[in-house]
Amino acid sequence: MKVNSVVYPTPADPRRLLSDHLRHDLGLTGTHVGCEHGVCGCCTVLLDGAPVRSCLLLAVQAEGHEVTTIEGLASDAAPLHPVQQAFHECHGLQCGFCTPGFVLAVVGLLAQHPNPTPEQVDEGIAGNLCRCTGYASIRRAVHRAAELSQK
Amino acid sequence: MTTRWFGARVQRVEDDRLLRGHGRFTDDIDDGALESCLVRSPYAHARIRSIDVTAARAMPGVIAVYTAAELPFGQTDLPILIPHPNLTHGRTQRCLASEVVRYVGEAVAFVVAESRGLAEDAAEMVEVDYEPLPVVITPESAARAEHLVHDDVPGNVAAEMIQEAGSVEAALAASPRRKRLHFRFERGAACPMEARAVWARWSTSERRLTVYDSTQSPTSIRGGLAVLFGLPESSVEVIAPDVGGGFGPKIMLFYPDELLVPFAAMQLGRPVKWTEDRQEHFTAVNQERGQVHEVEVGFDDEGRLLALDVDFVHDAGAYTPYGIILPIITAGQVPGPYRVPNYRVRFRDVYTNATPTSPYRGAGRPHACFVMERTLDAIAAELGLERAEVRRRNLIQPDQFPYEVGVAWQDGNAVVYDSGNYPVLLEKALANLGPRPKGAHVGMGLGMYVEGTGVGPYEGAHVQVLVSGKVVAATGIPSQGQAHATVWAQIVADELGVDVADVEVTGGDTRRFPWGVGTFASRGAVTAGNAMAVAAGMVAEKARQIAADHLEVDPADLELVGGKVQVKGSPDRGVALAAVAVLANPVRYAFGGGTEAATQFTARPRPGPPLHEGEQPGLEATGYYSPPASTWAAGCHACYVRVDPQTFRLEILKYVVVHDCGRMINPLVVEGQIEGGVAQGIGGAFYERLHYDSEGQLRNASFMEFLMPYATEIPAIEIDHIETPSPLNPLGVKGAGEAGVIPVGAVLGSAIEEALGVPITEMPLSPLKLFELVKTRS
Amino acid sequence: MKPPPFEYRAPTTVEEACAVLASLEDAKVLAGGQSLVPLLNFRLARPAYIVDINRIAAIDRIYERDGGVAVQALARQAAVEDSEIVARVCPLLTAAVRLVAHRVIRNRGTLCGNLAHADPASELPAVLLALGGHVVARSIRGERVIEADRLFSGVMETILAPDELLVEAWFPASSQPFAVIEESRRHGDFALAGVVRAVDRLALFGVAPTPVLADPRDPARGLQPSGDLEATAEFRLHLVRVLTGKAFAA
Repeated sequence: MKVNSVVYPTPADPRRLLSDHLRHDLGLTGTHVGCEHGVCGCCTVLLDGAPVRSCLLLAVQAEGHEVTTIEGLASDAAPLHPVQQAFHECHGLQCGFCTPGFVLAVVGLLAQHPNPTPEQVDEGIAGNLCRCTGYASIRRAVHRAAELSQK
Repeated sequence: MTTRWFGARVQRVEDDRLLRGHGRFTDDIDDGALESCLVRSPYAHARIRSIDVTAARAMPGVIAVYTAAELPFGQTDLPILIPHPNLTHGRTQRCLASEVVRYVGEAVAFVVAESRGLAEDAAEMVEVDYEPLPVVITPESAARAEHLVHDDVPGNVAAEMIQEAGSVEAALAASPRRKRLHFRFERGAACPMEARAVWARWSTSERRLTVYDSTQSPTSIRGGLAVLFGLPESSVEVIAPDVGGGFGPKIMLFYPDELLVPFAAMQLGRPVKWTEDRQEHFTAVNQERGQVHEVEVGFDDEGRLLALDVDFVHDAGAYTPYGIILPIITAGQVPGPYRVPNYRVRFRDVYTNATPTSPYRGAGRPHACFVMERTLDAIAAELGLERAEVRRRNLIQPDQFPYEVGVAWQDGNAVVYDSGNYPVLLEKALANLGPRPKGAHVGMGLGMYVEGTGVGPYEGAHVQVLVSGKVVAATGIPSQGQAHATVWAQIVADELGVDVADVEVTGGDTRRFPWGVGTFASRGAVTAGNAMAVAAGMVAEKARQIAADHLEVDPADLELVGGKVQVKGSPDRGVALAAVAVLANPVRYAFGGGTEAATQFTARPRPGPPLHEGEQPGLEATGYYSPPASTWAAGCHACYVRVDPQTFRLEILKYVVVHDCGRMINPLVVEGQIEGGVAQGIGGAFYERLHYDSEGQLRNASFMEFLMPYATEIPAIEIDHIETPSPLNPLGVKGAGEAGVIPVGAVLGSAIEEALGVPITEMPLSPLKLFELVKTRS
Repeated sequence: MKPPPFEYRAPTTVEEACAVLASLEDAKVLAGGQSLVPLLNFRLARPAYIVDINRIAAIDRIYERDGGVAVQALARQAAVEDSEIVARVCPLLTAAVRLVAHRVIRNRGTLCGNLAHADPASELPAVLLALGGHVVARSIRGERVIEADRLFSGVMETILAPDELLVEAWFPASSQPFAVIEESRRHGDFALAGVVRAVDRLALFGVAPTPVLADPRDPARGLQPSGDLEATAEFRLHLVRVLTGKAFAA
């Protein structure tokens, strides 16, 4: 499987969840685990460009696919991705635990709707839980990200 | 001192690494650690006849299985964090139960294995023979005491406390009007997005225990572990790395895992880690919000409060590790921003067979606010007055500070409001709320609150200017998202005349700062913020002294600006802070830019040794701030809602907040705290409910069924501020962390009552609850 | 929690999948995984075998046939949502798919998997029933068509045999007026109660062990919904009447 454009071998244990494989086998701890029920969205990654819950995928299922985690959006030295930049400008994160999941969900949203209406924004972020921000700043961040992405 | 950063909407220094996925949360740390899981009681109340771990120990990948019998501290009751003389029957659990379990989720055994999956497989093989006992679940049934949670606690009463200011009996008897009210609050849970986690390593060669813990108080954990394991404190280091939300329940002394994980690491010679899973979190982590109130209020025909008598029962859960702080806070906060000439409050803290309770954002204040605000609404309804008008007539006026309420506060002092302007909060909120939207089934809600913040006993800070000119600062308390690293940097940067980007702050790491209390009760800005100002001020003073020596001027003529110490208004007559840092060390060598500048100076000769008595090398200082009393923030929330008369769906049409937390260090951060708090309040008022059945089983221990709101359930919130500085601390700040959540239940309850025409006297609500209330009415 | 131990099979053709399912006891099919994997993570499902059908090629088509639209086994709910064919031929299905959980779940969840899972509060089984569609099931014994009104047999139960693979679902074309309306606690949650209107036909979901057809003039007749944490039986009956009224208002 490919993760952030790097090829990795498929893990041997079929019951290893993709979320745990990314975090503990590959050391990519940016993807977080909040529930393992598929509800909170903290574990969201891109699978072939579309947001999915990594806690609901067996790692073996990622074989032959391309996974993008939060670390894959902008390499260490590179400037922040427009979505990341927008979250920063709009105070869209506090503790940061839900943030990677939100950022990737928003990347997916903007790929579907580059100029989202407020309804499409809410629809697009409605699958991710945040306990810190109350979502207002995240909404602002999505609109700002749409602006920045078009520049 | 120029306040360039104080009050500015500075964007956070924490963001870059968190956005890139380079946060370091406790479960992110592996380092070859063994993994573990806890075996927990499936019964709310049971005697343990036997525990057999033989089969579990034989499972693949299992390194150890511990029960109470294997622990040297197995028969030790865990500490009570905050004892109190009224807590006559305080009880705490043991690390692992071996005789009785008293709530679903109580820990019974600890399994250490090569992976969490293998540990869970083995945990399933631990055989515990339980003999179920009768279960007490609601506070009402606990108070009736047909069954006891603890055999030696009569009536299930852990504590009783009565306080009175004035003479309530006489005042009630003399009141033209009286009303009795009953309010009921069910349990709620904080549910931070990061569940709890602990990682520990024991180094035999260095004789050092290192613990990473998703805790709100590393200093307490460190002190406790040192005592428990018989180690000097210098041999124990506890670090709260990035923490994914706290909201209260991540402060305990201890959760069993906080002892078991370090113990296992010491025993097994390998690092050990434990990460909670979400389902387990629901019953393993402290909850809050369960109370039942009987209220009698006496008032006159103008709606003025004459007497208030409150009698409530607080649901302690199975144990009282946190003492009776919660009911004390409720008792102290009921009067709120109003003049209550005669106030009596009695509470009983009762045991139930459920998860222990400890503060969750708001910490007893939401209940107090609901009681007072709904009582005022009831008075307004009886007299045919506007709800805002009843409040106007009872508000404490701006010229009445300091205002003594007459009851005790959680820090042992009396409740005394230091500053505020409550009438302005009300008027601004009403103005910002604006006119009622058209249409049927619309209701307006209104709620005011005060919030005791900034409780002591103290916090400290260390600030140091490095020879590079950069500044490092540290305090004992950790952040869980409140932007401490940014906010403390603003304070320090102002004192030292540097850029926020040049101040690196570390919190919650006992290696960097070993003294402190913790992050809770909206106290961080007041205590650690002021400590930062103290320490940075000391550094600035020393910098002026040293620079004055070398520039041959009077220290009073110097200012710190732009990374330099210079003669006021003369940038060409100064010395770089970096150079001053070098000059501060009599050895006077260093690597880096400061050295060259420093070597241009020959110190004025002075008698005596290079380091005079009382002097310390280096441009650094450690300072502390200890508040004389809590400082009182306040606010007013108002809203319009529409309730669908058929589906009972709630639509929040407009929600406004006017808020006063004294001088704001970073309004961006304050607004984020309020928005987050209001969202938790909305969740707690209409969506989140812990469904305990009569057997003490939590029926909805998952995010699928414990309904935390998504973005679609939370409206935009309009926030306005006023600032009434606190006279109690040099920065004039008050706490802001919990404000958003405190009045939300009262505000929504009031609005829903108007929209639907049914009395709202309980929390939480739901469409089902409203359906049933409407049915009862008709 | 972490999933319990299981053995994993990943067939690459439908024939292989059917053979594997026929040869194994206690096997569960893994398609989208959005229902199964949570159950594994809760350790509420403990199958000895997981048969992952995601490596089977060319069974993800959405195409027109017999005046309706066919959705194959591995077509993701998101693909159904975005499908121009579905929007044209069966816009009722498009409307219903939008109500299933959240987009991120729909990116993996399959429509056929949702039908096979047969959650009583799911929208898609009710749409199949309201429209009078059918599914196609394959096994080593061959292929059979199962009409919607026979497929669902109980809570989370269909009449599919343990070794049968649901390879296709077929929905007749929908015409106006149609509606799918549900009442849920949060956006994307399972419905407390829901209705599907297809012209003059009405199907209910969330109020019985399976989706049920009902009389628009008396939708609650004969219903004995269960109560749970967020809705009593009485509240569900009330919602059924309210939602039916809304669906047939136009």
